[in-house]
Amino acid sequence: MAPELMDLTAMRDRVAAGELKAEDLCARALADASRHAGLNAYHETFADEAMDAARRVDADRAAGRPLPPLAGMTVAVKDNVATRRGRTTCSSRMLEHYRSPFDATAVERLERAGAIVIGKTNMDEFAMGSSGEHCRWGRVANPWDTRRVPGGSSAGSAAAVAAGLCAAAIGSDTGGSIRQPASFCGIVGLKPTYGRISRWGLVAFGSSLDQIGPMTRSVRDAALLLDAMSGVDERDSTVADRPPTAIADRVEMPIDSLRVGIPRQYMSDANDPEVNAAVQASAEAFRAQGATVVEVDLPLTDVGISTYYVIAPAEASSNLARYDGIRYGHRAAITPGEDLAALYARSRSEGFGPEVQRRIMLGTYMLSSGYYDAYYRRALQVRRRIKEEMDRAFASCDVLLGPTAPSPAFPFGSNADPLAMYLCDVYTVNTNIAGICGISLPAGYAEREGAMLPVGVQLQANAFEEERLLRAARMLERGMADRVGAHRPPWAA
Amino acid sequence: MTDASTNALTAAQVAHVARLARLEIDHAAAERYRGQLAAVLGHIAKLDAVDIQGVEPMAHPFESSNRLAEDEPTAGMPVEDLLRNAPAAEGRFLAVPKVLAEES
Repeated sequence: MAPELMDLTAMRDRVAAGELKAEDLCARALADASRHAGLNAYHETFADEAMDAARRVDADRAAGRPLPPLAGMTVAVKDNVATRRGRTTCSSRMLEHYRSPFDATAVERLERAGAIVIGKTNMDEFAMGSSGEHCRWGRVANPWDTRRVPGGSSAGSAAAVAAGLCAAAIGSDTGGSIRQPASFCGIVGLKPTYGRISRWGLVAFGSSLDQIGPMTRSVRDAALLLDAMSGVDERDSTVADRPPTAIADRVEMPIDSLRVGIPRQYMSDANDPEVNAAVQASAEAFRAQGATVVEVDLPLTDVGISTYYVIAPAEASSNLARYDGIRYGHRAAITPGEDLAALYARSRSEGFGPEVQRRIMLGTYMLSSGYYDAYYRRALQVRRRIKEEMDRAFASCDVLLGPTAPSPAFPFGSNADPLAMYLCDVYTVNTNIAGICGISLPAGYAEREGAMLPVGVQLQANAFEEERLLRAARMLERGMADRVGAHRPPWAA
Repeated sequence: MTDASTNALTAAQVAHVARLARLEIDHAAAERYRGQLAAVLGHIAKLDAVDIQGVEPMAHPFESSNRLAEDEPTAGMPVEDLLRNAPAAEGRFLAVPKVLAEES
């Protein structure tokens, strides 16, 4: 296997063993990022700093100093996660020149574990989008077929991992923004339980839904990055009061008598046939390893999108009210005689792209006087019902298996209607609404217009059951290796 | 909320929401939003079919009590670091354009 398509764990082990140099791996990733600039995965890379850090790791190894768990491994960071180095733009004109005065806790912890931040990745503006098309710095392409979207909103992170432009990446997931692009790009994407990883330094979109998570080329890599990033943080009062996870050392252990539930509502005829086939093949792979596969009932699956598109825009309209052109961000020019309200409104209208403005409008409307109870309060009531329904399902099974998205990657421009785009999130939003954990991993392919496109499946587990989730995912990854290993993205050559 | 009259937003409603949202939206954009928002609101009407009788709203994934920090002073961020991102600054202050009319 070419070094750029090894997973992070393999690279790390070979660096530690002296078989590969961190410097060479880093140089290769940077060279490939330049060579594949057409993917538009990165907004910026930190070549000099990354190479220096990689050389220090090689020197440490040569000197026999102990290496931390992610020593010398390049990690790409979604551009809504604050880094002191470079800019944090959220792929928005609003934050075009924004330089964070601090590092996000997740970034700080990855670096403490030895990781090298190689660059910032392009995304749908403010994490609002499912295609990577709503990016101020140009759309991101899918390494499997550059006529198609990589998914979103963690578009550049997914493309960079799939094309070998980094060892691993982090993204953020508010309604599927890690898992859906992972599915479209043939990689692993983990949305941890709400509260597992500090949100300090993650630019707020939907504060009760947002989570940072790893995007990797293997399940064991996801475990390694989760272990490094999780745990209490005094700067985020919504982090669960739990110790960091320690799953990487246990992820290879299969789960005895695993019970896998397939929600009947997930196996819709509206899914592309290869999507349902990937779920069936996954069920077979589980059975072959002694798991029981049962059908479960989640009748509220269908109202997830409606619930999500109340809660997320409502929270976004409130969170994005801070961008007023005064303290930071884009400031428009006003003419003498115009008032402060004009300065705010013009700065916001110039700074935010159409999808962001649409969601702010939607959220503002639903929170406005006379509509609050009918929309927001009702959605929060449905949210509790969805959570209770999930809890009931998890009483009879350990993990839920289903599609990540109804289709493989779609061509650019094919979901121009906002509502059509929103409906793509049907299988991922309820994970965030219930605050539980979910992972997408590769499970097959669909051939479209001569290109092989990856198809992912999703596993979900109840809150703080990441160990169970990742061990089950590792079983599935092992069981599907022959089926999944057959192809690789042409752009990773 | 499901009746046709609320899903069919009026131009005046869109203008009102834009004002509340502090967005400056021209006529063409307002018309576009009118249709797009109505379509999304129409879809959201699915919520009406869910029985929510007596269900407590769930604003947050897990119910936890407030975690309080020790009441000890800590260093804030240096003013210079924060002003680095200001669109305009004068000394240690944010600068804004003149927005108040002259007293006559």
